Amino acid sequence: MWPNLPLFPERASTLAGRVDALYFFLIAVALFFTTLIAVLILVFSIRYRKQRQLKAKQIEGSLALELTWTLIPLSIAMVMFVWGSAVFFYQARPPRGAMEIYAIGKQWMWKFQHVEGQREINELHIPVGRDVKMIMTSQDVIHSFFVPAFRVKADVLPSRYTSTWFRATTPGTYHLFCAEYCGTQHSGMIGRIVVMEPSAYEAWLGGGGTEGSLSATGQKLFQELGCATCHRSDTQGRGPNLVGAFGKPVILEDGRTVVADETYVRESILNPGAKVVSGFKPIMPTFEGQVSEEGLVSLVAYIKSLSQTQQGTQKQNEPAAPVPAGK
Amino acid sequence: MATTVQPVEQQNYLNSNYGIKSWLLTTDHKRIGLLYLMSITLFFFLGGFFAMLIRLELLTPASDLMQSDNYNKVFTMHGIIMVFLFLIPSIPAVLGNFLVPLMVGAKDLAFPKINLASWYLFMLGGVVALYGMVTGGVDTGWTFYTPFSTTYSNTNVVTVAIGVFITGFSSIFTGLNIMVTVHRMRAPGMTWGRLPLFIWSHYATSVIMVLGTPVIAITLLLVALERLFHIGIFNSQLGGDPLLFQHLFWFYSHPAVYIMILPSMAVISEIVACYSRKRIFGYNFVALASVAIAVFGFLVWAHHMFVAGISVYAAMIFSLLSFLVAIPSAVKVFNWTATLYKGSVHFDTPMLYAFGFIGLFTIGGLTGLFLASIGIDVHVHDTYFVVAHFHYIMVGGAVMGYLGGLHFWWPKISGRLYPEGWAKLSALLIFVGFNVTFFPQFLLGYLGMPRRYAAYPEEFQVLNVLSTAGASILAVGYVLPMIYFVWSLRYGKIAGPNPWNAAGLEWRTSSPPPTYNFEETPIVTWEAYNYDEISEEKGVEVAG
Repeated sequence: MWPNLPLFPERASTLAGRVDALYFFLIAVALFFTTLIAVLILVFSIRYRKQRQLKAKQIEGSLALELTWTLIPLSIAMVMFVWGSAVFFYQARPPRGAMEIYAIGKQWMWKFQHVEGQREINELHIPVGRDVKMIMTSQDVIHSFFVPAFRVKADVLPSRYTSTWFRATTPGTYHLFCAEYCGTQHSGMIGRIVVMEPSAYEAWLGGGGTEGSLSATGQKLFQELGCATCHRSDTQGRGPNLVGAFGKPVILEDGRTVVADETYVRESILNPGAKVVSGFKPIMPTFEGQVSEEGLVSLVAYIKSLSQTQQGTQKQNEPAAPVPAGK
Repeated sequence: MATTVQPVEQQNYLNSNYGIKSWLLTTDHKRIGLLYLMSITLFFFLGGFFAMLIRLELLTPASDLMQSDNYNKVFTMHGIIMVFLFLIPSIPAVLGNFLVPLMVGAKDLAFPKINLASWYLFMLGGVVALYGMVTGGVDTGWTFYTPFSTTYSNTNVVTVAIGVFITGFSSIFTGLNIMVTVHRMRAPGMTWGRLPLFIWSHYATSVIMVLGTPVIAITLLLVALERLFHIGIFNSQLGGDPLLFQHLFWFYSHPAVYIMILPSMAVISEIVACYSRKRIFGYNFVALASVAIAVFGFLVWAHHMFVAGISVYAAMIFSLLSFLVAIPSAVKVFNWTATLYKGSVHFDTPMLYAFGFIGLFTIGGLTGLFLASIGIDVHVHDTYFVVAHFHYIMVGGAVMGYLGGLHFWWPKISGRLYPEGWAKLSALLIFVGFNVTFFPQFLLGYLGMPRRYAAYPEEFQVLNVLSTAGASILAVGYVLPMIYFVWSLRYGKIAGPNPWNAAGLEWRTSSPPPTYNFEETPIVTWEAYNYDEISEEKGVEVAG
């Protein structure tokens, strides 16, 4: 009747089926209780309406009934809790070996950087059937990366990297929305996710970037900014040796330990005094204002790549990441 | 019907003094309740006007009625007015103010002058907020999320935040007044076990108001300071944490949902008991459920932040606690339903509102479980699913309860009856209009339409048109009571002290009550809801 009256979203990721299954279970429970309450109210109020029942029969209550309708809903709620958490755990942990794509939110557009070097705005090409991990940050306010067809959503915060992942199951074009209210053109911050067959994706990759891989861009920037003069692999370095450092715990001057993840690397570039590595002096100048978010992303990718080539078997990495440093 | 009709000229709180000054300087809790009634009615229709603008804009996919900038300001105004200037004060400040002393057998609230001050603070806050909205507006949404509100929004954030800050004090004062009154001013014989459930719910609500409101006040003050002086509490570029704001904000604003819904539950308990002629099934459980909801309500704030970047384990704990808070609400619904069993059910207007409340609140509560399930929440967070869910609670629940209560106690407040046929029609229109408006939004949300969008992809249009059509029906339903209540003030039948043969203490004084509520301090010797002792024909004896 109405060709454009959809009642259910497309399902295009491995997560979507899991979310939908739980959703249908909750709908069944909700329907059951709504119907139960509605029927009881109708039956009682008609059966015992004033015309038929002149005098009410006073009933104090019943402990057995109270316990019944406390414990049954409680146990159903616990099933929902465990099931919901299981779906969330699946969603919250990117599988090893996922290919990484960086995203930067900005009033009011999405900017993407593939590790191979391609850059896109408001459009993201990905291959079908591969785990994709999004590493995201914002240049200004909080945004939220939302792909309804994948049932995926994650807030994108300034000064911090958040991540989410998905594996697309059906080629096609899907909505990408910003779900966190971000100002005037919030509803205009819409992008498209283009899911392609692997061969088509390879062809697209080849046709795109001319700038070289993301980590190569990062390496160039690393040289230009003079980072290499201090962060050296020999013992003369005034800064920590970055080879093999990414993803490892770091002991700080004040005794705390942090993991050298994307957020830590970013913070150390922009605000080097915040978490100084034990054994080093806080002499590094800030690069705040000198490096763009895109530049930071490429530096992070470069520092990450330093760990992959030296260590071989790292936890955090992706075999797909192409480029060894220092070619 | 009560057979002894009181002469209207009898001395009561309405005619004991004349002139505008006698109203603006009154310390009578009933008159202050009416001052609140008039102010929040104004705010309700103002907020409703903005709601209609939103629905009209969303008739078409493009943002053609308003520029997106104006749309953002309109939905922000709708939210701020409805939450802070209507829903939060609605039942506690109008019906609570009017009824709490009457129900516990007191002459007035514990602090009559503070009570008057709280109305002035409410009006001052409201005027400041409205001033900010008129002179440049505010586009942050009622949630004021940082860093957008502190750094990027180019609107009157500080003025509006200060307006909301001021109204917070009125909320704290009202809560304080109700708590002290319930503790210290109950009539002889009115033990805790004999308190009407209305009082239990208002007591629980007051605890939230007194403990929670300072947190939102401080949070909004921090937003204002950050905007003015860039001190770096929420701004990550200055070392602050934007998520800190969300924790602080929801620490108040989640319990605030219970400030809106608990008093509504209070009203429903009174109505269901009266029109079933029965004591509420499981009185103790319903009373304790109110307190449990108030306590648990403080422990679930981060379920608004499952996708905000909090840790996986934090998300799980807040998910678990959110499921737990649903249980006492479910208990209440079952108890109201069980109260009908073997009762003598009357289908008067307030009862229709109560039925509507139970139905809509059940749907609102059950869809809350979808949001508590983290796996589903990730998908529906910040979509129209959430919009539908909280409107089922706040409009389907809180507003239905408020209107039901207003109808139930209108004869006590005004001394007159409203026209029953029109009132039933309004209840029906509101129920139907509400469902047509908000049910399609669940579908829209699961389809993925984000909230706060001025423009949207074309495939969402049919459901949006349906929603707007429902809103038009809803609007008619809301305007009707406004007309016939005013009409009844002059032309309504004289009500008598107890037109419904209800059992509460407030029905044992004349309608409208005298200035000090009771001619003599009542001595309570009966349990709440002693409907078995009240005959259909006579009603209770009238004091004095």
